[in-house]
Amino acid sequence: MKALPGGRIAGRKRADVFFRVLAAVSAAAVLLSLLLILGTILWKAIPALSLSMLTQTPKGGFYLGKEGGILNAIVGSLYLGLGATALALLLSLPLALYLNVYKGRASKTAVWTRFFLDVLWGVPSIVYGAFGFVVMLALGLRASLLAGILTVALLEFPIMTRAIDEVMRLVPLELKEASASLGATRFETALKVMVRQSAPGILTGVLLAFGRGIGDAASVLFTAGFTDRVPTSLADPAATLPLAIFFQLGTPFPEVQQRAYASAAVLTLIILIISLAGRAMSRKVTRHVVK
Amino acid sequence: MRLLKDTLARRGMGIVTALPGLLVLLIVVGLFLKSKAILGVQPLSQLLFSSAWHPLKGEFGLLPFITGTIWVTVTALVLAVPVSILAAVYLSEYAPRWVRESAKPVIDLLAGLPSVVYGVWGVILVVPFVGNVLAPLAGVYSSGYSILAGGIVLAIMTFPTIIHVTLEVFSTVPAALRDASLSLGATKWETTRHVVLRKGAQGILAASVLGFSRAFGETMAVLMVVGNVPLVPRSLFDPGYPLPALIANNYGEMMSVPRYDAALMMAALVLMLIVLFFNVLARRTLIRVERRVR
Repeated sequence: MKALPGGRIAGRKRADVFFRVLAAVSAAAVLLSLLLILGTILWKAIPALSLSMLTQTPKGGFYLGKEGGILNAIVGSLYLGLGATALALLLSLPLALYLNVYKGRASKTAVWTRFFLDVLWGVPSIVYGAFGFVVMLALGLRASLLAGILTVALLEFPIMTRAIDEVMRLVPLELKEASASLGATRFETALKVMVRQSAPGILTGVLLAFGRGIGDAASVLFTAGFTDRVPTSLADPAATLPLAIFFQLGTPFPEVQQRAYASAAVLTLIILIISLAGRAMSRKVTRHVVK
Repeated sequence: MRLLKDTLARRGMGIVTALPGLLVLLIVVGLFLKSKAILGVQPLSQLLFSSAWHPLKGEFGLLPFITGTIWVTVTALVLAVPVSILAAVYLSEYAPRWVRESAKPVIDLLAGLPSVVYGVWGVILVVPFVGNVLAPLAGVYSSGYSILAGGIVLAIMTFPTIIHVTLEVFSTVPAALRDASLSLGATKWETTRHVVLRKGAQGILAASVLGFSRAFGETMAVLMVVGNVPLVPRSLFDPGYPLPALIANNYGEMMSVPRYDAALMMAALVLMLIVLFFNVLARRTLIRVERRVR
């Protein structure tokens, strides 16, 4: 190791204090930026928030500043998020179980699959959007709720799988062995031991992915379309909150832009609620967990 | 019967497990097939290095968009990397336990905010700030919709990624090493600098690269604040037009102009390949860092 610089103790102490303060200020800046963002959005949104915004679909001339609300986008986003999350869970859970029950935790398959999942996590959502669009054309689908759900499910899949996988890795080996020694097949172990034991973690992963899916705009831009009506079937185009915000902000009218702020606040609140619910619920579902 | 179920489940789950690798491949191949149409008309070098963007005349030079992306991303990283690493140092080395515990949900929340919300915030606060405060200070005129505004918003969006990974890297540095350094009379900062930062150097680099690829592909937030003028930017206060914004902005008209869709899919492919390259690089480094610890 190199000799430590600075002979004088006072100088070294000063450097220590300096960097300590600098590091603390950086950390504070990061934490405060969240407050600043939330504060700004709420402050701008409160004058424009109203009940009719939440309960009405856009009326004629909505984007010129006339009557109406964003119910279409709220419902569209919820449908899309729920559908995509359910679909993603259908893929994520088996995958995570396979890696942790059938394959060893450190097996080649597991290492490589995790690697690809991490890579997928990093793929920008606009690329998912473009890819979804390509698939949509190949299948002859039109921009619809279904196409949006498929695309968002792909986007959520790596996020959810990695989250579930992380908690399943923590399930103690002894539990699996105990289950096997009682004569359970691995599939039974997977369903009755692994899933129960990691239930809180699975829930957190699902909510994490749901939040990501509901807030993503770039991937649904091509695939879900946009409409002023509440979608009634999978083949209908669906409006989404992020896109509603984007379009409203893009108009030159201050009243409509005000509504964009309000819509952004609604979206932020939904995300906040999901995040808090995840925290609260993951504490509650620990009923079956063996400590 | 139970064994049969077990075998069936095993097969089924095995198939799902092939999905992640397959999906990466499918995305690349799918985008490539769609963008092939333009490669036949314009050579790749012209596509990537020409700055003539006239879709109606059939000229698709992606250079302004590629440089726009790089400008915004680099600006964001210059702002985000030092702050994130220092914040991670504080949280892992200095902070009392309760601060560390309560910082985690805040960082998670910051990561979970939708990019549109960042965009709206950028339009409300960052754009006027750049236009009315920073630009006059630098003695230039700017509408505020600029590379710098995009960079600031992106920097905040990449904080969580870099901090999260860096914290994980720091936690792999054995406490015994820190204790050894402290017992030799090194101050806390000297220990951090010579032991923690040096041991974690590779991991920190990987964290920054992950932040880079996150910033590189970010679409909506940047799109809303960066100005979207298809010219090669000359300064931080110029507007830019990053690749993801190009794709997002033109999806509506791309079916009506010949080969426009192929050009956009080409842009998506370029984006995918660059992000893929850096992601693979960063993840490999991180796996190596993790393995060394064990």
